[in-house]
Amino acid sequence: MNLEELQQIADTCNQERDKADYEINVCMGTGCLSQHSDKIKDDLATEASVSNKRIIVRRTGCMGLCASGPLVLVEPTNVLYQHVTADRAKDVINSVEGEPIPELFCDLREHFDDQVHVVLENSGRIDPEKIEDYIGRDGYLALLTALTDMKPAAIIDEITKSGLKGRGGGGYPTGLKWGTVAKARGDVKYVICNGDEGDPGAFMDRSVLESDPQRVIEGMAIAAYAVGASRGFVYVRAEYPLAVSRLNTALRDARRRGLLGNAICGTDFDFDIEIRLGAGAFVCGEETALIASIEGKRGTPKPRPPYPAVSGLWGKPTLINNVETFANIAPIIRKGGPWFAKMGTEKSKGTKVFALTGKIAHTGLVEVPMGMPLRQIIFGIGGGVPDGHKFKAVQTGGPSGGCIPEEHLDIPVSYESLIGVGSMMGSGGMIVMDDTSCMVNVAKFFLQFCMEESCGKCIPCRAGTWQMHQILTKICDGEGSYADLDLLVDLCGTIKETSLCGLGMTAPNPVLSTLRYFRNEYIEHIEHKNCPAGVCSCGSKAVKEAEVHA
Amino acid sequence: MTPVATTVDVKTLQINGENVSARADQTILEVARENGIFIPTLCHLDGLTDVGACRICLVEIKGSPKLFPACVAKVEEGMEVITNSERLTRHRRTILELLFAERNHVCAVCVANGNCELQAVAQTQGLTHIRLPYRVQRLEVDTSNERFVADHNRCILCSRCVRVCDEVEGAHVWDIMGRGINSQVLTDLHEPWGSSSCTRCGKCIQVCPTGALFDKNKVGVSHPKNPEFLPYLNMMRDAK
Amino acid sequence: MSLYPMPPLPSNDKRWKIVNGTMRRHGFARHALIETLHTVQTSFGYLDDESIRFVAKSLRVPLSQAYGVVTFYHYFSLKPPGEHTCTVCTGTACYIKGADRLIAHSEKHLDVKQGETTANGKISLMTARCVGACGRAPVVIMDGELMGDATAEKMVEQFERWAV
Repeated sequence: MNLEELQQIADTCNQERDKADYEINVCMGTGCLSQHSDKIKDDLATEASVSNKRIIVRRTGCMGLCASGPLVLVEPTNVLYQHVTADRAKDVINSVEGEPIPELFCDLREHFDDQVHVVLENSGRIDPEKIEDYIGRDGYLALLTALTDMKPAAIIDEITKSGLKGRGGGGYPTGLKWGTVAKARGDVKYVICNGDEGDPGAFMDRSVLESDPQRVIEGMAIAAYAVGASRGFVYVRAEYPLAVSRLNTALRDARRRGLLGNAICGTDFDFDIEIRLGAGAFVCGEETALIASIEGKRGTPKPRPPYPAVSGLWGKPTLINNVETFANIAPIIRKGGPWFAKMGTEKSKGTKVFALTGKIAHTGLVEVPMGMPLRQIIFGIGGGVPDGHKFKAVQTGGPSGGCIPEEHLDIPVSYESLIGVGSMMGSGGMIVMDDTSCMVNVAKFFLQFCMEESCGKCIPCRAGTWQMHQILTKICDGEGSYADLDLLVDLCGTIKETSLCGLGMTAPNPVLSTLRYFRNEYIEHIEHKNCPAGVCSCGSKAVKEAEVHA
Repeated sequence: MTPVATTVDVKTLQINGENVSARADQTILEVARENGIFIPTLCHLDGLTDVGACRICLVEIKGSPKLFPACVAKVEEGMEVITNSERLTRHRRTILELLFAERNHVCAVCVANGNCELQAVAQTQGLTHIRLPYRVQRLEVDTSNERFVADHNRCILCSRCVRVCDEVEGAHVWDIMGRGINSQVLTDLHEPWGSSSCTRCGKCIQVCPTGALFDKNKVGVSHPKNPEFLPYLNMMRDAK
Repeated sequence: MSLYPMPPLPSNDKRWKIVNGTMRRHGFARHALIETLHTVQTSFGYLDDESIRFVAKSLRVPLSQAYGVVTFYHYFSLKPPGEHTCTVCTGTACYIKGADRLIAHSEKHLDVKQGETTANGKISLMTARCVGACGRAPVVIMDGELMGDATAEKMVEQFERWAV
């Protein structure tokens, strides 16, 4: 495969598209697929074939607006239909030339206009199981350019100039990490893609793998070339079967086209990728635990240093980056580091994909430039809190993060500002809570999660999260005291400072964050044995409800 | 004069304000011990690879807000280490409290009473009482082995038994099952110790810091543990 | 390769050949343990002593290490599944939308605790920490099929259909 051939494939693909008058894209991500969007696609294809128009009906990946699925997009008119059912297939085909069907039409200008799609630029617009579609939208152009025109050092330089930081939550400068691995001495090096998206409430990585898997493969290949690796692994959660299957298809197609394997594109660069399945352990999202898991062992982290960049998988220098981080690589190489750095804030460049869920009108995936105020994301793009309820907090960073109240909603979304208010970016989960959520209960929920996911190797996390959960349960049950609260804070301090890995070190964050902004709820539970939101068993409203349902 | 190659091996650093010298590949713990400076440990044992699991040996290093496990952290030139601050003592006590509350450590009826590393470390930290509620979980006592007993109530999950059986004996009979606070050491497929592939070498008894693993013959008599043979065995093996 | 004899396949059941295939694909290397355990679970529905012993011996992994791996990862099950499996997602978004009430309701209706199977072996009630379909919270997976916007009523309907 060389640049000419790549261009030919792209041209052929685009010519096919140009032949048609209309294109109908049907979302077949996990969410819409669960509502039988595959049948919708088949019926649309049938109706299209008997109509007198030239229409291509295409399976695509996620369009982002998950709560409004099944989603169907008609191009070039850019008409988006929501909650589509198979029986409307004929109507949809008939409507392409005229007015959109009113009851299905989804006119969410405010939702889409403010978004900037870099990682998601192909999601919902290409068939994830057709490598030609990807190539038709500049796919693999970056890899071929890198292999034929750029030296590894130049690639790393471009990534550094972009200011890209790890999108899995660590926020570590990607260029710096690549440079470290490149410089590490070793005959064998590895590239690992961390697809163990464990934060509950986050599904950005799943969506990218299901909707645009070639993008991740291309990013990994460029990375491997830059750091000198010849083998790559994608570690994916076993709970993501569709992502695994789409990735498998993508790898097979990339190999067939000579974009993976030996002597890629006629150069002396060899690189291939294997999939490794996770098995239900959140801690395996931590780099050293992930490596242990690929080595076939219990996923227990190791003290660092030595860092994986120097001594990782089987003791060799290993580059580990998140799915979303790799998804940013190809556009940066194509358009240059400075292009990426123009977006975002001073310390947080580029865009970020967020999974907006919870009590929000437009649940789903959004991609915005770093620096956008939280208020705009939640109330503008997200459509605010539905059903007449009042916004209470937005939880970011998963079990490692914190809850941000209304008073801080005008902060720009960036690594540094989220840390400044006691939370963190994390992998991108953004869970909106309203007045029906009890913040003490939320803290307890996250502690339960950390307690159950703790690997057990170090004492502070293993025994500490259990003790913290006990105290929170006491408080939620109306049996807590101020002494319990003091002990809780004390334990937070020790666990935060002495745990072996990030899981333990950040486990106290939800507690500390809710204590900072919602201390009144803790006091209400302790002093008045009452849960203001009516969630906990000590609350009079919750008790009454339980009696009714008994 | 020909310059002598000084950059390679020797480092100088400070521990608690005291100047000490060390080889580049030494850990802070090794250097501290060589100089008579005390750092409490539990999962560390000379002769076994270090895992940095118990977090008792954490020390402060000037210039970083983080704490570092002395048993695995390598020394660096100009490092300023603190091993005995109030912050460290507070954390060590809390970690010990977490341990005591986690399982059932009743010294009065334990064969290792007086010869227990958990007791010893608690004494060095001046621990007098536990603020935390006890978990109170009834755990197994495995007496199936004709020579030894495994009392899980006294286990602190230091993994020394796992490491010695894997690295020195080579049988890897012990490992850890479960996760988090439900972790437990096990033999083979969670079978009784007596019917497992255990070679009865007795190394795990000697390395176990508490009365979790003990020799049936020592009940009622004193049961000091003597793991000093480990570095010797390693040396003989490496010399081959 | 090795001087030691490979253990024989535990039985003529063709599924053991699939398991062996996974191990062979990875060159019978120790690190293939988790991938192989996945194959066993997919083929047989769960892991038992015999299968763990067979895989451990084939890959020359110590028995206790293999068992430690099996019990570390939530995905692996040592108990046979019921005829039908209902998995409730307990991710944050689903929790905010009442997943715990769905679990409580199901536990009451089926008379089991989460992670268990009904006495007649028909239905297993499991939880997963997040299946990543948060846009359709609360999410319940019925025999591998995703049910979004789950309600107690819809779940009970499915339970009744299964109970027959």
